[in-house]
Amino acid sequence: MNLTLKIWRQSDANDKGKMVDYKVTEISEHMSFLEMMDVLNEQLINKGEEPVAFDHDCREGICGMCSMFINGEAHGPDRGVTTCQLHMRMFKDGDTITIEPFRAKAFPVIKDLVVDRSAFDRIQHAGGYISVNTSGNTQDANATLISKHAADEAMDAATCIGCGACVASCKNASAMLFVGAKVSQYALLPQGQVEAVDRVKNMVAQMDLEGFGNCTNTGACEVECPKGISLENIARMNREFLSANVKS
Amino acid sequence: MSVLDSKVPKGPLETKWTDYKNHIDLVNPANKRNIDIIVVGTGLAGGSAAATLAELGYNVKTFCYQDSPRRAHSIAAQGGINAAKNYQGDGDSTYRLFYDTVKGGDYRSREANVYRLAEVSANIIDQCVAQGVPFARDYGGLLDNRSFGGVLVSRTFYAKGQTGQQLLLGAYSAMNRQIARGKITPFNRHEMLDVVKIDGKARGIIARNLVTGEIERHSAHAVVIASGGYGNVYFLSTNAMGSNVTASWKIHKKGAFFANPCYTQIHPTCIPRSGDYQSKLTLMSESLRNDGRIWVPKNLEDVKAIREGKKKPTDLSEDERDYYLERRYPAFGNLVPRDVASRAAKERCDAGYGVNATGEAVYLDFAAAIERYGKEQAKIHGINNASADKIYELGAAIVKAKYGNLFQMYEKIVDQDPYKTPMMIYPAVHYTMGGVWVDYNLMTTIPGCYAIGEANFSDHGANRLGASALMQGLADGYFVLPYTIGDYLSNDIRTGKIPTDTPEFDAAEKEVTDRINFFINNKGEHSVDYYHKKLGKIMWDKCGMSRNAEGLKSAIDEISALRKDFWKNVNVPGTTTEYNEQLAKAGRVADFLELGELFAKDALVREESAGGHFREEHQTEEGEAKRLSEFQFVSAWEYKGEPKDAVLHKEELVYENIEVKERSYK
Repeated sequence: MNLTLKIWRQSDANDKGKMVDYKVTEISEHMSFLEMMDVLNEQLINKGEEPVAFDHDCREGICGMCSMFINGEAHGPDRGVTTCQLHMRMFKDGDTITIEPFRAKAFPVIKDLVVDRSAFDRIQHAGGYISVNTSGNTQDANATLISKHAADEAMDAATCIGCGACVASCKNASAMLFVGAKVSQYALLPQGQVEAVDRVKNMVAQMDLEGFGNCTNTGACEVECPKGISLENIARMNREFLSANVKS
Repeated sequence: MSVLDSKVPKGPLETKWTDYKNHIDLVNPANKRNIDIIVVGTGLAGGSAAATLAELGYNVKTFCYQDSPRRAHSIAAQGGINAAKNYQGDGDSTYRLFYDTVKGGDYRSREANVYRLAEVSANIIDQCVAQGVPFARDYGGLLDNRSFGGVLVSRTFYAKGQTGQQLLLGAYSAMNRQIARGKITPFNRHEMLDVVKIDGKARGIIARNLVTGEIERHSAHAVVIASGGYGNVYFLSTNAMGSNVTASWKIHKKGAFFANPCYTQIHPTCIPRSGDYQSKLTLMSESLRNDGRIWVPKNLEDVKAIREGKKKPTDLSEDERDYYLERRYPAFGNLVPRDVASRAAKERCDAGYGVNATGEAVYLDFAAAIERYGKEQAKIHGINNASADKIYELGAAIVKAKYGNLFQMYEKIVDQDPYKTPMMIYPAVHYTMGGVWVDYNLMTTIPGCYAIGEANFSDHGANRLGASALMQGLADGYFVLPYTIGDYLSNDIRTGKIPTDTPEFDAAEKEVTDRINFFINNKGEHSVDYYHKKLGKIMWDKCGMSRNAEGLKSAIDEISALRKDFWKNVNVPGTTTEYNEQLAKAGRVADFLELGELFAKDALVREESAGGHFREEHQTEEGEAKRLSEFQFVSAWEYKGEPKDAVLHKEELVYENIEVKERSYK
């Protein structure tokens, strides 16, 4: 198939940036979206132009590195996939595709489609862990029973890949689905209880400091999340946050 | 004579590690804060090492090329992590895990290292659970296990099909705690481009900030390389796009020996390639072989009909199918080790039985499992005379609970529903058992420079068993390196901060800068990928699942010629002072072009078949790998300029606690 691409080009954080049109031809429907971008870049390099910078790594939907906003949707039109898992069979010959970076105040553009998501790391530094040293003397893994239900629910929350699609999709650029998922994973497990109060308070404080917006329950984040992280996690975080503030 | 000293402690195997720990020198807590350690790579090995070293009190700097440590490619490991817990009471033990690993590695790994790995494996599970890793549990709240290839017990712990992700997030959370304490300084979107040696010891690195292009100097009392394997030398592999050999190769060029580069694992259950544009291959967990049956049609007419779309796989009756693994290996069946399963698939496809357009695919069929689980469920729920549809529905639900995310991934990529039609699979490059040579302390032949995880060579011999990579990465990082590095650093308590304004740093930085400037100014004809793809094709065709002397000799010549052409004609766009992915990639491919040749040379010298290394000249009448006792050694290569000049050092492998036998899975 032949396609017209409208791609955001921005040389660095200080550049104003603009949309630029490109044509690609003979794209196979079996290609992934990023392989289509590879074809474009190879074409640009051979013409002596600068290739389009975009983040990508594992190309199997788990690392959370890829981050394009395609035709107005984070990771494009398919559901439950990252951009690297989006296949060209989702598009038709002759389509025009608009490709932008994930946009949010807390995600400044580094170059073209590459954005800085280190705010997510800093939120995790604020409390995304259980304080246990590596000693080799930790109690036996089966010493504390954890119900299958709780383990499965914690796993569902822990599935988050930290890509930032939730933030990019939210009209308020809120990070509450991401933070809610992390808070939930630990809140659902007995190991996470000891630090629960401080964890939720510190992570929320850091989230606010980074300039993410608030949640107004629109639910776009859940729809666009490649891993199907549920809005329930936001509710659980709110509950944890409220009870933490009542307790101390 | 060899200069290799493995430093394996004396004494009985079972007590070596404990005795060793009891006698090493320690660094007192007050002195640890005066000691800096650099960790390159933040996957399971690097992440767990960085967190543990920082907990102990050392000042740690971590480096990764990704935008966050959490994205290292350990995250993509699906199936699970082995540990000799014997929770299932099925006869597992430290010795059995040790035995399985040495046998699985085709008797080409170091006994003492493997035993230690098995010994600390149980601690890993305890540690990860304490960190909040949500491993799968049964209804009683106890941890669940599954079985993996090459073993007869269920010792694999898992978190759905995302075990690597959950373990990495566990290590990352431990890192976060230390970052918050100020004990780890993370340098993300940074790439190590050289190691700096002072008085023969590793004392720092030169790194490039991938966002600004700035070249930075970082000093430390020890440097730990945890940058993973080199599977991307094949261009197409299951590695991440950015996975590279550069950190390992740089230390190799500065004096670290590189061991057994030809031991590469070709994983049997990957999604077959579909076209020339393909950028990477996708693996599906080996756990699928617990329930999937592998087959090709018995008759070539059926193969032809399937390729032409005239027949569907589901049209073939049982007796028209060749379940070749069950036929050849009745004892292990579909759960033979990876190298055996991969070669068997290649054998069938080479004979013309491949089931897709490229002729490189076999079926992985879940119909029997769905039926078996469905009948079981019907019985459990007391549904008498359940219809075929009902049985299918009940069985599919169980299969979905076990492998749902893998099935979804397959469907997204191939656009076929694996609940309804068998999956198509073909082997792909996945893991490299070879790597930087290390002694028992995990130290390379450069004093103060360590290599852990997939980056080193030590534990998997010529073939790695499933669910053992995660085990090794975390064992090295959480439980081995933190002890062994202390023994070395105890001599550094009075050294003080290492300055970076020294001639050694000047020289290393100049070398790095010159190379970067060369790439940008070269303005050649061909892109970096042009060379990478060519290299990959040579590697796959001549150093792939089976190798012979003639092919390897021509590979050496071709790679050497390709490398010359690369240095003449490579084209790298952009500038040095910006985010420039092509520039970063050029440096990585330059290193792959050297490694590839050493790889072929190593494969040529190893005139036997062992594990993932299959020499056509050395096979039994049934086509099984034929190991030779005179090759019971580790090949450790010393860099001497061009790869062809590399000098071979041998570490003889001694087996005192295990009988070296022909590896049989029949």
